[in-house]
Amino acid sequence: MFVRMIGKAFLRQWKKMLMIAFTIALGASLATAMLSVMMDVEDKMNQELKAYGANITVVPKSTSVISELYDVDDENISGKYLKEEELGKIKTIFWAFNIVDYTPFISTQVKLDSGNEVTLTGTWFNHHMDLPTGETLDAGIASLRSWWTVDGEWIDEQTPGSEKCAMVGSGVAKRENLKVGDTLHVEGKKDALDLTIKGIFDAGGEEDDLIYVPVDTAQQLGGLEGKIDSIEVSALTTPDNELARKAAKDPSSLSVSQYETWYCTAYVSSICYQIEEVVTDSVASAVRQVADSEGQILNKTRLLMILITILSMIGAALGICNLVTASVMERSQEIGLMKAIGAHNPAITALVLTEVLCTALIGGVAGFYAGIGFAQIIGHSVFSASISIRPMVIPVVAVLVALVTLIGSMPAVRMLLNLRPTEVLHGR
Amino acid sequence: MSLLELKNVSKIYGNLHALDHVSLKVEKGEWLAIMGPSGSGKSTMMNIIGALDKATEGEILLDGEDISKKNARALTDIRRDKIGLIFQQFHLVSYLTAVENVMLAQYYHSIPDEKEALEALDRVGLANRAKHYPSQLSGGEQQRVCVARALINYPEIILADEPTGNLDEANEEIVVELFRRLHMEGTTLVVVTHNPEVAEVAQRTIVLRNGRVDHETVNENFTGKIKHITLQ
Ligand SMILES: Nc1ncnc2c1ncn2[C@@H]1O[C@H](COP(=O)(O)OP(=O)(O)OP(=O)(O)O)[C@@H](O)[C@H]1O
Ligand SMILES: [Mg+2]
Repeated sequence: MFVRMIGKAFLRQWKKMLMIAFTIALGASLATAMLSVMMDVEDKMNQELKAYGANITVVPKSTSVISELYDVDDENISGKYLKEEELGKIKTIFWAFNIVDYTPFISTQVKLDSGNEVTLTGTWFNHHMDLPTGETLDAGIASLRSWWTVDGEWIDEQTPGSEKCAMVGSGVAKRENLKVGDTLHVEGKKDALDLTIKGIFDAGGEEDDLIYVPVDTAQQLGGLEGKIDSIEVSALTTPDNELARKAAKDPSSLSVSQYETWYCTAYVSSICYQIEEVVTDSVASAVRQVADSEGQILNKTRLLMILITILSMIGAALGICNLVTASVMERSQEIGLMKAIGAHNPAITALVLTEVLCTALIGGVAGFYAGIGFAQIIGHSVFSASISIRPMVIPVVAVLVALVTLIGSMPAVRMLLNLRPTEVLHGR
Repeated sequence: MSLLELKNVSKIYGNLHALDHVSLKVEKGEWLAIMGPSGSGKSTMMNIIGALDKATEGEILLDGEDISKKNARALTDIRRDKIGLIFQQFHLVSYLTAVENVMLAQYYHSIPDEKEALEALDRVGLANRAKHYPSQLSGGEQQRVCVARALINYPEIILADEPTGNLDEANEEIVVELFRRLHMEGTTLVVVTHNPEVAEVAQRTIVLRNGRVDHETVNENFTGKIKHITLQ
């Protein structure tokens, strides 16, 4: 009987029910889109921001001040290099999990056939690491310089013979008239080699005047075995606060508890500090702007999405409130009659709420699918990537829709409870 | 013991005494008509007897039980279990068929039983209209559905507030005939009417004026005989 009544009431009020379903669909679709984007945005933003390169650079202590300021090149300063064997330790620090990528650099001057001198830099392209934790990581400039346009292809360190390959900057390639596949003869301080040009890259900056080769190759040419110039690290960080700024100046100025908080938070300064702890005689410093904004943009975007979700839910609740109240008002005689023939308030409330909730279910499902569509549109237009829908979104949206429907129906239910049959049955 | 007894019942709206110290007894199986000019308090009295409204003062004993102090929930139970209501404006649920409207009363009372509901419709001569919607039924037919709905749960008393107010003479005759049959079966009936012809067939008539019982007449000629009207 209950089902029959709901079915028939539905058919009779289908226009109103359609409106309710539509209102809910609208709210649910926005909520779904925003929540999906929000849950996925962290990854998307990280990918996006990682594309801007490293946010921490590590250099030897003795050169950090001088070379950064005066760009001198004095090979006689002792401790000018970092140790290659210590590179792996970076993935063992407390915040190792937040370190998403890093790569070493070792530069040396080489002479080409034309007689011109060029800087040749050894680095990782897609260096495969098996970490002590059992994880694996493919690190290198292939991912740290994802914005490069490459003619040819990236060097793949996993293929044999890669140590005889080079990637040439577009500036060098133009000057020397080099093409992908050419053999390039280079003469270093210690050795000379024939390298195959795997790719020509356009970085849109100073790097276009460089030649990149695997680390070993550069070390061999320059006689710099086991040595590293600098390291670039890409790490996920928490935005700086007062504590982080104080610590960045001098970690020893912190009290013990402050120190612990700081050390155990992924501030860029604490990650730098921890890198310095494991790499001998090194200075790690933040490439400020990127590191800071990374966390902040994320937080702000998230806040915006939450706000839109809340507003859309409030909007839906108001819409439902109007529609359900109108529906109950229209049916006041029928409700009065049910009360007169012995229906208790809960029974009538259940009837009305079931109707509305069924409508909400239909609207919610439709809205959910529309929301997935919205999320993809947002994903493609803002992050140029599709948003993967987390299963978590389903229960969250379901609960939101149910809550909003119930809250929106409250005034109508109150009206229904207060409705006195004598007021509607005698046509007064 | 009377089935229904009102003791000094008043209903006061502001300073208007819609009912003013009314006392009344209705015996089991009795057929009572209530008459009176518009605004004399007939509907007010029916609402109070029907447990739809509460009296401002006085006692209402239904089946020996004082219902004047009961809360809304208990009154709903009383309406459901003991009272059958018939209104001037029918009040059928427009999206339910005739038989479903009858089953609605069963549903809130206990469990819907389509067979029994169809039997009730048969008793009011509407067996072949069971699957019609109210909009497809004439006024008289709609009121007969209401009668079927009122009697489906075997109430102690059937209260009808101007049941023939919206009907033409032929349909009025049919409804009156239904009341006659219900009376023969022992149902207690209280019928408010403006129409002397409808009042005339009852056993007893009370006339209200300004919220008081003005006078009372007993139908000397009351026979309770069924006239042979075909209900189709
Ligand atoms: N809810 C109310 N609030 C205020 N006054 C009311 C209310 N209900 C009824 N009254 C008043 O009580 C008086 C009796 O009303 P009631 O409906 O009982 O009259 P009635 O005899 O049924 O009249 P009619 O024959 O027109 O149906 C009227 O004066 C009416 O205006
Ligand atoms: Mg009246």
